[in-house]
Amino acid sequence: MSLREAFAAGRFAVTAEIGPPRGADPDAITRKAELLRGWVDAANVTDNQGAHVRMSSLAGSVLAMRAGVEPVMQLTCRDRNRIALQSDLISAGALGIPNVLLLSGDHPRFGDQPDAAPVFDLDSTQLVWTARRLRDDGVLASGREIGTRPGWLVGAVENPFAPPRSFRARRLAKKVAAGAEFVQTQYVFDVEVFAAWMARLRDLGVTEHCKVLAGVGPIRSLRVMEFLRSGVPGIHVPDEVERRLRGVRADRVADEGVTMCVETIQRVAAIPGVAGVHVMAFGYERGVPAILERAGLSPRPTRAMEGLGHAG
Amino acid sequence: MTTNDSWPRPFRPRLGARLGYVLHAGLAKNRVYARLAGWLERRPRVYRAFTAAERVTKQELFGCRMCGQCALPATGYTCPMTCPKQLRNGPCGGVSATGACEVHPELTCVWVVAIERAEAAGHGADLDMVHRPIDQRLREQSSWVNYWQGRDDDLWTDAPLAGRELGLTPVGKR
Repeated sequence: MSLREAFAAGRFAVTAEIGPPRGADPDAITRKAELLRGWVDAANVTDNQGAHVRMSSLAGSVLAMRAGVEPVMQLTCRDRNRIALQSDLISAGALGIPNVLLLSGDHPRFGDQPDAAPVFDLDSTQLVWTARRLRDDGVLASGREIGTRPGWLVGAVENPFAPPRSFRARRLAKKVAAGAEFVQTQYVFDVEVFAAWMARLRDLGVTEHCKVLAGVGPIRSLRVMEFLRSGVPGIHVPDEVERRLRGVRADRVADEGVTMCVETIQRVAAIPGVAGVHVMAFGYERGVPAILERAGLSPRPTRAMEGLGHAG
Repeated sequence: MTTNDSWPRPFRPRLGARLGYVLHAGLAKNRVYARLAGWLERRPRVYRAFTAAERVTKQELFGCRMCGQCALPATGYTCPMTCPKQLRNGPCGGVSATGACEVHPELTCVWVVAIERAEAAGHGADLDMVHRPIDQRLREQSSWVNYWQGRDDDLWTDAPLAGRELGLTPVGKR
């Protein structure tokens, strides 16, 4: 079943993440896809995540489809001007990639090429708008008409935890007005702050137009927790999480982190307007099925991935 | 870690937002200014001097980067082009818990400042407007002249939150 169908059927959707390799090994994608196949409606294929050079998200998406996992192709404004962005969006349509996720992207300063030019010709909202017009109106940003229109769903991201928090729901409303049909959030470790943001989205009418997938993931060591707290911009790990992880024996931290992830899934699922979860398991893809199973999310209804063979 | 000094860095405006709105009223587009703008554009040397004066003033007050299509009236008189990602539609997700920019942690995110200033001046609703992509050809031009000539009319749309209908109608064409 596809992400689009899950949304249409009102079924709780599950997405995960596949990070493309630093290298030309197609099996690196296949291996990760096989761990997720059948358990997720789709998997994000990241776009040079953290401004580190990797296989492209376009190639990774095609490889994921071949391996039987529906991709969500991430596309950032960091490395491409509006010509290249529109070209990649058209290409994704031609290759049958069913979902795109459009974001500003991490600044090159944080990656392995801080010497690169940051492009940022468009911002994420403008890219969403450009994509929506490309698909629904069949026109490029230049106003020129395109022939066959792409068919992907348009996704966006938001971080409900970053200041200014009072503006975060309104910022998503802008992206939804521009054409975002689903959104994935930054990691939810503080369910109360997330619930307050959801309430604001409902007030603004955003949830009537846009499916919200809450970002979740297991913190499997104190080292990772410290990294998330201080090393990654925009991630909010509340004291309560730290207390719980520090409160167990060293050899139980990983299990406790997984248990907390399962609990978070169950808690966000109960919030009105939450349409699914986006599981980011940083290198722990093998554990995703168990997390989903414990959270009561059964394997996805399968269907033939028709037409995907052509991509190869 | 050094970065290119000519790249955008968050800038806290040196002019109060309220004063910005007042001054804007004095500079608002009218027929006199439109004629002045046309006159300036026909005289390259005068235009260059005028643009230099604009640059010096706005750099000092707002950290202006001369994009030539000024967003200040819609952003609490805080320049979004000083954001390292030049985001014109609001802050990225990397703002730290203290409101610091992710690229320059010693500086406050321009959008945190913009939202504070716009709301304090009673212009919070401006932040809901969707800004169109800028025209990169207009960089280094006088944004006052462009504004008086009516080239800025479609820089942003109306606020999308007027009702529960969130769809945007694209405006303008270039």
